[in-house]
Amino acid sequence: MPRVAFTRNLQRHVACPPCQVGGVTVRDSLDEAFALYPRARGYVLDEHGALRQHMAVFVDGEPVLDRRALGDPVSATAEILVMQALSGG
Amino acid sequence: MSDQLLISTRKGLFSARRTTRGVWDLDAVSFLGDNVSLAMADPRDGAWYVALDHGHFGAKLHRSRDRGATWTEIGVPAYPTPPEGHVEKDFLGREIPWRLMRFWSLAPGAASQPGLLWAGTIPGGLFWSEDHGDTWNLVEPLWHMPERRKWAGGGADAPGIHSICVDPRNPARVAVAISSGGVWITEDLGKTWTPFTKGMRADYAPPELVEAPESQDPHRMVQCAGAPDAYWIQHHNGIFRSTDNARTWTEITDVKPSVFGFPVVVHPKDPDTAWFVPAIKDERRIPAEGKVVVNRTRDGGRTFETLHRGLPQAWAYDLVYRHALDLDATGERLAFGSTTGSVWISENAGDDWITLAEHLPPVHAVLFV
Repeated sequence: MPRVAFTRNLQRHVACPPCQVGGVTVRDSLDEAFALYPRARGYVLDEHGALRQHMAVFVDGEPVLDRRALGDPVSATAEILVMQALSGG
Repeated sequence: MSDQLLISTRKGLFSARRTTRGVWDLDAVSFLGDNVSLAMADPRDGAWYVALDHGHFGAKLHRSRDRGATWTEIGVPAYPTPPEGHVEKDFLGREIPWRLMRFWSLAPGAASQPGLLWAGTIPGGLFWSEDHGDTWNLVEPLWHMPERRKWAGGGADAPGIHSICVDPRNPARVAVAISSGGVWITEDLGKTWTPFTKGMRADYAPPELVEAPESQDPHRMVQCAGAPDAYWIQHHNGIFRSTDNARTWTEITDVKPSVFGFPVVVHPKDPDTAWFVPAIKDERRIPAEGKVVVNRTRDGGRTFETLHRGLPQAWAYDLVYRHALDLDATGERLAFGSTTGSVWISENAGDDWITLAEHLPPVHAVLFV
């Protein structure tokens, strides 16, 4: 099962420890994670379901570029990291 | 008399209290490290609301029913999904996202409307809640109004509603001010909207647009609670006043050291008394001559006194944003906070000031509670 882990910085606002989820796309897997942690959704996605501008999702180390539909496929063993798009100092 | 002040800053919500010895001290902080846009206290039920701007994680709202001891995250407005393929641009061709970017004003409804709240946001959506902020609805007629497309970023990259005045005589009459987009008023609780900018002037606009409603950049608008026909606006172009329920505005030009600034407050009973914090306009945005002062008029803008006792009068570059000046319900106590983390309080209508803080994070807003 894919595993979803959220940035530690989000934990200060919403408790959302790593979780095992189902799903065959990033969208499916995140939806399952948000079912466990409903408040986390609005911190990661905007009101239209797109990834917030300064958030980033990586699947097995590769950045998700389809930030709106989140349609990238995920394997049964995928590691999905939800992070802040940090850059610079 | 209010003995407590909430200070919304870039790094938390601070509280200051007046002690029994008559001294003001900081006494608490909530949301330490978080960007607090502004706070609102609802006089109908005592609830406090705070708007956060988490940056990466978006804008959020929290409510406290115990004067800040505990906070609960509540709902946030959602912008509608734009039509497929629709890319909206402002009149200068810059993209305007249909997405909640920041809260820029919160206002309670009237006593006859328990639970009703208004929220003004960037990029220009006005929202209302009927359940103390748990859920929100877009005021669609204002958002879908064709003239709204002519609004533009002023104080932020995208246009925003920073002032909401609910008429105490008629809560169906609500005035909003937009930076930059003028003043719009509904008299039917949001169904229809009309510009109320007659007399305003925007000399930063092309000649053809100087008097256009959407060109006007009010920085802050307030309405006198005890004489609601009276409004004051600190505008990008200067100070404007209305005494006829916003139907016409009179420009006030002869104000030293500067007619520019962001905040304004009006006395709760005396419509002729208002306070401003002047600054040098446009590219500089600093106090004139490095002196922090407050301007007060007591005669409807015919004359101004420049108040400075207790304020730094040299090498001071404190800028005061539009929500960072407040007045308590008596009209005697004033407070303002600056972008460089200073906060000053007056207990005699601005004649004398005491320094409450000098090293806070940048101050976005202050509020007597």
